[in-house]
Parts: sequence; C-alpha cells; structure tokens
Amino acid sequence: MRQEARTINAQEIKKDFPLLQRKFYDKQLVYLDSASTTQKPSVVIESLKEFYEKYNANVHRGIYKLSEEATQLYESAREKIAKFVGARPEELIFAKSCTEAINLLAYSLELKEGDEILISEMEHHSNFVPWQQIAKEKKAKLRFVKVDEEGKLDLESLKAQLNEKTKIVSITHVSNVLGTINPIKEIADIVHKNSSAVFIVDAAQSVGHMKINVKDLDADFLAFSGHKMLGPVGIGCLYGKAELLQKMKPFLYGGDMIKEVTFEKTEFNDLPWKFEAGTQPIAEAIALAKAIEYLEQIEMDTVEEHDRILTQYALEKLRELGAKIYGPNERAPVISFNLEGIHSHDIATILDGEAIAVRGGHHCCMPLMSVLGISGAARVSFYIYNTKEDVDALIEGIKKVKKVFE
Amino acid sequence: MYRENILDHFKNPRNFGNLENADATQKEVNTLCGDEVEVQIKVNGDAINDIRFNGRGCAISQAAASILTEFVKGKNFDEIKRLERNDILEMLGIEISPVRLKCALLALYALKNALRKVENA
Ligand SMILES: Cc1ncc(COP(=O)(O)O)c(C=O)c1O
Repeated sequence: MRQEARTINAQEIKKDFPLLQRKFYDKQLVYLDSASTTQKPSVVIESLKEFYEKYNANVHRGIYKLSEEATQLYESAREKIAKFVGARPEELIFAKSCTEAINLLAYSLELKEGDEILISEMEHHSNFVPWQQIAKEKKAKLRFVKVDEEGKLDLESLKAQLNEKTKIVSITHVSNVLGTINPIKEIADIVHKNSSAVFIVDAAQSVGHMKINVKDLDADFLAFSGHKMLGPVGIGCLYGKAELLQKMKPFLYGGDMIKEVTFEKTEFNDLPWKFEAGTQPIAEAIALAKAIEYLEQIEMDTVEEHDRILTQYALEKLRELGAKIYGPNERAPVISFNLEGIHSHDIATILDGEAIAVRGGHHCCMPLMSVLGISGAARVSFYIYNTKEDVDALIEGIKKVKKVFE
Repeated sequence: MYRENILDHFKNPRNFGNLENADATQKEVNTLCGDEVEVQIKVNGDAINDIRFNGRGCAISQAAASILTEFVKGKNFDEIKRLERNDILEMLGIEISPVRLKCALLALYALKNALRKVENA
C-alpha cells in the first residue's frame, strides 16, 4: 500500500548544504537553478574527501588491499545506483555525463543510409546535436515529434512518424524548459508497437526528482547525470538492456574495457566494463551513491510532492504578476517565463542583485525556442532545499524588475 | 547596471529605424542571449554621415546601440576603428559584469564590420 507522502522540512534540509549558506551582496543566496546543477549536501562532499584520504587507488587493477577496497566501493556504488533506477548492475554503465551517455549511443548503435531517428522538438541540445550529426554522417534521416500548444508532446505526431525505417527514438522524460513530464511508459508502448526502434530516455531532469524504474518504463536505454541529483560533476550513467548492450560495439577503446589483447586483436570485456575505457571517475561514482542514499532517506515520493507544492505555489504567484509562462500546469519543478518587454537576461541580472540565482537565455534548447517563437526566457527551478520563502523572495525580486522597467 | 540613462536609451532608442540608401548594413547576433543589432550607415568620404539601428534584446545591448549611434555620427573611420571595450563602458557609464560584456559590445562589433564592408566595397 502506498503511504501518504510525507512533507519535507526544506529549511532543515538547507542546513545540509554548505554552499546555500553563502551570501552575495550581503544577502542570503536564493538558489533557483537546480535544473542546471544541484547543490551538494555535506555527505556528498565528505565522501569525495574520504575517498581521496582513505581509499584512492585504481580499480580492477591492483592486487593490494587498497585497490581491492576501492574496487569494492566503486562496484557497490554501481549496485546502489542501478537498484535506484530498477536496473541490474551489469546494465549500468558509468560515463562522464548524460551528454556523454547519449553520444555513446549515437556512436555505438548501428545505423545505415535511409534509417530514421526520431527525437522531439523539446530536446536539450545534448539529445539533439549528437543525433543531427550522426544522421548527417550515416545519411540517416532525423525527424521530430511535435510539441503542442500546451507544451506537451503530440503523441499523434509520434505515432504518425514511426515506421519500419525508424531505428532510434530518443525523448526526454522531463523538459528542462517547459517542465513537461512526458508519459514515458505510454511512449515506449507506442514506439514498440509501431516500430522496431530502440527507445532512449533522456532522464537528466527526472531521476533526481521522481521514482524511476527502467523496467516499468520499458525504456531500452536511459541516460542521466549525477550533478543534477545532488552528486558531483563528472559522473553520469547509462542504463541499457543487457541484450542490446551486448550487441553494440564499444564507444571508447583503451584499458579496462578489454579481456585480452594480442598484437593481432582484442577481446572486449563483459558488461558493463566493455563501455568503460580507461580510468573512470571513481570518487564521483561513490559520491553519487551517497547522494542517492541521501535522497532515499527523504524518499522519492516526498521529493516529488515537495517539488509539486512549490511549483504550483510559484506558478500561481508568477501568474498574478502577469508573467507569460511556457509549458503545462502539471509539471516538474521547472518554470520558464517572460515578462512583457523585458529580456530574460535583464531579469536574471536584476535578480542577481538580490542574490537570487535564475537562468536566462535559450537553456540549450534553441530549436524549442524557435517553436515557441522566442529568443529566450527566464527560468526558475526548484529542489528539496528550496522553501516557500525562496519563492516569495523571487516574487519580490520580480516586482523590483518590473519597477525598473516601468 | 540599470541606471536612468540606460533605461532611457532602452525605452526611447535614438537613431532607431532604417536608412534609405544605406551604404552598408550589418547585423550581429549574440547567440547566448538572442540579442540582435543591425546597424545601417551612410558615409561621406571617410566619415559617418548618418546611422540607424534596428534590434531587439536586453536593455544593455539596445541602450549601447542607441548611445553608440549618437556618438559616432559625423566621426571619421579612424576614430571609430580605435573605439574599444573601455570606450563603450565609458559611454554607458556603468559597470558591466563579464557575462554581459558581449551585450554591451554587440553594436560596436556590428558597426566595425559595417565599416569593413564599406572599405572593401
Ligand atoms: C533534459 C536534459 N538533457 C540533458 C542534459 C545534459 O546534461 P549534462 O550537461 O550533465 O550532460 C540536460 C542538462 O541541462 C538536460 O536538462
């Protein structure tokens, strides 16, 4: 039985994040850019320090005890992270970021002339440019699922573009601009019923914000970044169904991804190491597992509920100020908006003067911007450490912006 | 950064619009912000006879364009070519954070490229 979601005491949680104690211009920082990168709790920062002070050694290599301990920590981190998304450890490949994980797929999945790749109009450049470039190289065709007026994926447009030539479908779980939560399970079903394509999910904006189970979602691949879910920069993950990963060629070649190398040939390593060439970000992987432990203590249902309450509160307040808001009402904790006659970078600069950190610009989604008919937007995004008071500070800040441009 | 003079130039841009028979037109965009400034010039010998600009974007980019067009009218090419970052900042009279510098310099960049077009014609 599913329990009622508990609520978060964000004020208390904030205390776990040293950076959030900083002041700018003598004002307490209000950090509203977690969709770019989240801040890190002390346990994650400590974990990095502890690794280098006690466990630093290369993994899978040394015969000595220290290396064995490092390997043990590193592989347990993989188990922890894999379990967090409902995968088996051999299906979870470490990469440097979500971007690198998507590039791995773009290079390692086989494509030939005339094949079709289907992405959507709302993709981040990291789930856009790799496909555009590989399509050009392989003479494959890149197609786009439409975004409707409300900012949701047009599932009719998805269905209409699937055919026997479609080999890859890659869609974001959550839009980093619109906050739209795409119905991944339903999309997976449509893709698998109407094509033989592999279905990739860009989960950069979702894994740290909601309960994810790759088997439940029926994704063939799913990519995410550690730094957007309390973990350090430099570690990302790619989940892939084992039978698909086995068939794929490696992405990078080098040490650790091999079983045996002779002068004539190389036999590649088993999963997941086949895709992990060279020394990996060991401390970062271990610290990401710590971040996940931290999130699990709060519980993902609670995280999601906290996101939802803050986002709905902010949407209501922003609307009262006459902001033009992009995307649907039910959404992840990301809100992009514009104020009539005021450029998003002017908004961001004036808010910065109040120590409120928000983004302006195109948010690495230039094609989506053109669909929306704008050159940019201001964006606020929330996480577990954000409070209603943070939203109130934002609203006061925006009143100031409007006053300046009156 | 948002002093009275900047906001005044943003809200009431000077030399905004189009020139008939411009000798050169040059548009520059700042892809990070999506700021756009197009400069049109009419020259007389080696001096700027008349200038207009079009554009959209942040207050800094548009105010800088407005202020620059006022400054360069009647000035000769050599003077304009010597203009650099600090001259623009002086004209604006404000401090600009490093990330916003591109906005402030966009119009100058467009103007210099327009001059180059005239000289290479
Ligand atoms: C939807 C989405 N996909 C992919 C990425 C890329 O993440 P990274 O830069 O960590 O590789 C981002 C980052 O902003 C994102 O929002």
